[in-house]
Parts: sequence; C-alpha cells; structure tokens
Amino acid sequence: MSAFMERIIGSQSPLSSERSLRWSLTIIRLGPAIILLLLIMVFNLLSPVFLTVQNVSNVVLQTSALAVLAIGQLFVILVAGIDLSVGSVLALSTVTGALVFTWNQGLGGSLSVATFLLTGLVAGFLNGFMLTKGKLPHAFIPTLAMFYAASGLALVLSNGRAIPQVPGIVVTLGNGYLGPIPVPVLLVAALALLAVVLTKRLKWGRWIYLVGGDKEAARRVGIPVDRVILSVFLISGLMAGFAGVITAGRTASGYPTAGELAELQAIAAVIIGGGSFFGGRGSVAGVLVGALILGVIANGLNLLNVDEYWQLIVAGGIIVFAVELDVLRRYLEGRFRTLQARGD
Amino acid sequence: MEAGREHTSRNEEETPILEVRNVTKRFGATLALDNVSLDLRRGEVLALLGDNGAGKSTLIKCLSGVYQPDEGQVLLEGEEVTINSPMGARDLGVETVYQDLSLFDNVNVVGNFYAGREPVTPRWLGGWGWVRDGFMSRKAKESLESLQVNLPSAEVEIGLMSGGQRQAVASARAMSFGRKIVILDEPTSALGARESSNVLRLIEEAPEHGVSVIVISHNLEHVMQVCHRAVVLRQGVRVGEAEPTEANHERLVSLIVGGAAEQDKDEGQA
Repeated sequence: MSAFMERIIGSQSPLSSERSLRWSLTIIRLGPAIILLLLIMVFNLLSPVFLTVQNVSNVVLQTSALAVLAIGQLFVILVAGIDLSVGSVLALSTVTGALVFTWNQGLGGSLSVATFLLTGLVAGFLNGFMLTKGKLPHAFIPTLAMFYAASGLALVLSNGRAIPQVPGIVVTLGNGYLGPIPVPVLLVAALALLAVVLTKRLKWGRWIYLVGGDKEAARRVGIPVDRVILSVFLISGLMAGFAGVITAGRTASGYPTAGELAELQAIAAVIIGGGSFFGGRGSVAGVLVGALILGVIANGLNLLNVDEYWQLIVAGGIIVFAVELDVLRRYLEGRFRTLQARGD
Repeated sequence: MEAGREHTSRNEEETPILEVRNVTKRFGATLALDNVSLDLRRGEVLALLGDNGAGKSTLIKCLSGVYQPDEGQVLLEGEEVTINSPMGARDLGVETVYQDLSLFDNVNVVGNFYAGREPVTPRWLGGWGWVRDGFMSRKAKESLESLQVNLPSAEVEIGLMSGGQRQAVASARAMSFGRKIVILDEPTSALGARESSNVLRLIEEAPEHGVSVIVISHNLEHVMQVCHRAVVLRQGVRVGEAEPTEANHERLVSLIVGGAAEQDKDEGQA
C-alpha cells in the first residue's frame, strides 16, 4: 500500500521522469507484439472466420517460408548488413534441388534435400566472401549481384520452366500435417529455437550483436569480425535453402521464379519486428511477430475481400510506423542518458 | 649466497614494470617517435604529456599492439616483448582504454565488461560454447564494487548511461582485466567536473589493485591530482620529465609548448 502511495507521490521526484522514460521504452520494445494483437482483434471483429482453427493454420502455413527467410535476414541485419539475394537463392535452391532429384532419387531424396541447403550455403558464402575479402563497400552490393546471378542461374538451369519433381520428404516438409499442425510450422519452430539459442546463449551469437553494435570496438576487443560477418551470410543462405524446401514442397516443384519479392518481405518482417537497420538490435521472437504481422494483414484483408493491392499499401505504412518507433526509441534513450548524467 | 639472493630480489623490485628503450616509429617520411625512452615503475601513475602531434598516441599504440615500433625495444618486467596485436597486449596484461572507449551501446554493463572474452562452458567449444551469464554477472558486479564504481544497475544497456558512467565502466573493465598495466587516453576530456572526479579517484586507487597506469591528458590539474610523475613529448621527442606539482606547473607547460625545452636539454647534457 505504502509502496503504491510512494509511486503516486513520487511523481514529483526527478526519478519519476526516469521511470516514465523506462516505461515508454518498454512499450516501444513491445510495439510489434501490440500491433499484432490489435490486428488480430480487429480482424476477429470484422470476420467471423478469422480465428477459426482452419484459418489460423492457413496463416501460419502461408507465413512459414517468409518466417524462415526472415530469421536468416535477422542475422544479417544484426551486423547492420542486408541480404537482397534470399528470394533468388530460394528459387535457385528449388531448381537445383529438383534437378538433382531428377538425376538421383536414391536415399529417399536426401541428396536432393542436401542440394537445397548446400545451394543456400554456397550463395551465402559467396555473399560474405565478396563483402569481407573483396572489400565491397556495403552488403547491398554483393547481395544485389547475387540477387541477379542466382535468379539468372535458376532460369538457365531450368530453361525457364518449372520442374515438377521433388522428393516426398520435401512435399511433407512444405505441405504435410502432423495431426492439426502443419509440418512447415514445426520446421519454423525448430529453426527458430536454434536461432534463439545461438543469439541468446552462445558466445558466437553475442559476438554477432557486438559486431552490430560497433565493428571497430569489436575488432579492438579481439572479436574475429570478418568471420562473424561471413557466418551471418552463411546462416542467411542456409535459411534461404530451408525456405526453398518449404516453397518447393508446397508447389511440389522446382520453380525458377519462386520467391519473387521474398527478400523485401523478409527485410520488412525483420524491421517491423523491431530489428534495427543500425545493427545490434533485434530478436528472433520479434522477427516471428513481424512475419506474422505481414501474414495476418494479407490473410485478413483477403477475408474481407479487400483488393490485394491494398495489402501492399498497408504493409508500407506499417514499415514506416515500425521504423519511426525505432527512431523514437533512440530519441528517448538520448533523453534517458542526459537524465542519468544529471543524476550522478 | 644470501647476499646474492638479496641482491637479485632487490633488483627485481627495482626493475620497472615497463621499459621503453629508444623506440622510433616512422610513417612514411614522418618521424612520429624519435628515439623515445621511458620507464613505468611498479604501482606508479605516470602522465604522458604533450601537444597534439607530440607522439603520445603513437607511443601508446606501440604499447597496446596497434603499431609495431620500427626500432627500439619494449621490456615488460625486465624481459623484452614483442607486442604484435591488441590481443597480444591483453595477453601480456596490458589493457588500453581509448578515447572512444570501445563500448557497445546495445549491450548491458556485464556484456561490455566481458565483450570478446565471454567465459563459456564447456570451454573447448570456444565460440560455440554456452555463455556463463551468472558467473559473468557476479564477477562484473564484484569488480565494479571493489573499484567502488556505482551504477544504477549492471543490467542496463551502456547506451543509456552518461559519459561519466561510460568512462567509469571502460576504466573499471581495463583495471579488472589488466594484470600489469592500464593505459588511459584522455580519460577525463569529455567529462564534467563531478564525473571527472569519479574517474580520477579510480586512477588514483589503481596501484592498490596492483596495476600501474599510464595516463594521457591535456588537463594539468587532473595530472597534478593523481599522477606521480609526468613525461613530456614534443614532436616525437622526449623533452623532459617532472613531478607534477604546483611548483612544476610552469615548467611542465613550457616543456609541452617548447621554449624552455632547449634549456632542459642543455641541463641534461651538462
């Protein structure tokens, strides 16, 4: 009781504005989750089918490839980079994976699955290698090059046509159900769990955040900055391979123009989920929320028979809003800092 | 025998923790350091003074592994060492706090304390090991406490802290990990009076924690407060040294800006 009173009376003390700043910062950090909840509430009010098991399962199923790409993109954005190639790499991986399956169907198609992932890893390695060893000025450049090259290679290898042959396990991973739960959702959950362990618990993950916070300082404290940067592109490429598996599984084919605009959606999911383009900030949970926000908008507006083009406009608005939140966060942190300086 | 042993032990005591002998460093045609010698005694707080371009930064970068001297030697506890990287300097027990502090705004105090050297379990996994957060947090708080650095919380992101708190964290980190020597580059230049006094206290008490300190500073008042001795560089040359007292204030100033320096040199030669 007295603590409660103190809190009210304390509003006159200088601490109070520190407390209110702390509160505002907490709310900003929860921003993406609040947006998602509001969207769900609004769509639930407007559409009776929105929260049915069938539709919810649909939303998460449709979001799963995006979520995987976005987890990979998070790692790159954490070091203040960007990976524009993931959509093309996804497409290329479906083509190489399907082609390998047409040549070799042994071992239950595991060679094909390995090819999906290896394609992503090779592309990611090249991105990271060009950036760190080729001394290119920004991650934008090598990944833009890879965006074109991977897309071109996918078209060359497939002669521009879909390859309607993928292993059963790919179809299961992309389109199967385990009871009521879609298998791709389980795949997303497993990959997200690994990503959480890496970012939160392992030393390498801490180093990714430190490199994103300040590259020069990271070098000074002895972190192998180039290797850390290379590793995030490997992760992003690998995730593009996994997203390729899901996408190919859903269409039961390798498709050279799959994943169009997916890189931008993945970037949007990271930014909406609270990742910062300045690097060093963002979480796996936030990214999943960001991907779900995009998925829920698409699904909800579909249910309401809103023209598909409007979805793009809404998504654009939300991106600006999310980044403005990040700007506001930086401003409030500055205020907080001056307050601390006066206090000590 | 006895006498001999006594002799060596006395010698050991008198061996400076750090000796710089005739170090020269060139950048192209520029002579940044010209035959500079310097020693740092055990438990000493030494000021390195000089105008901009005097070679102070070059000298400390030679000691912290950023640069390698072209000529001359560096001796740690009487033994010649080659410091060829910042990591190498740290392994030898020499920690440097640069003006930019090398702190990470997006990480909390504990994370900054252990940045780059997070303890993991199992240890053989290296970068892929599990970070020992509890251990880190406990140890960092212990260190901050023993250095009497007061912070609202060690879990707060450094980005939310004031300049004085940031400098205190960076200095405390160096003093906790620097087993032998801590080098501070302009530790008070960006701070107000009250914040400076906290950092100065840290420097003053450093010898009690077993580290010797080299401080670069432009602020003679602060140098007089905490340093035992001051060495002055000008245009890459060591021009003199003095005890930083009120009485020597003018002499130090003229050593830094020139003028009296030639005199000082003549005296030295005479």
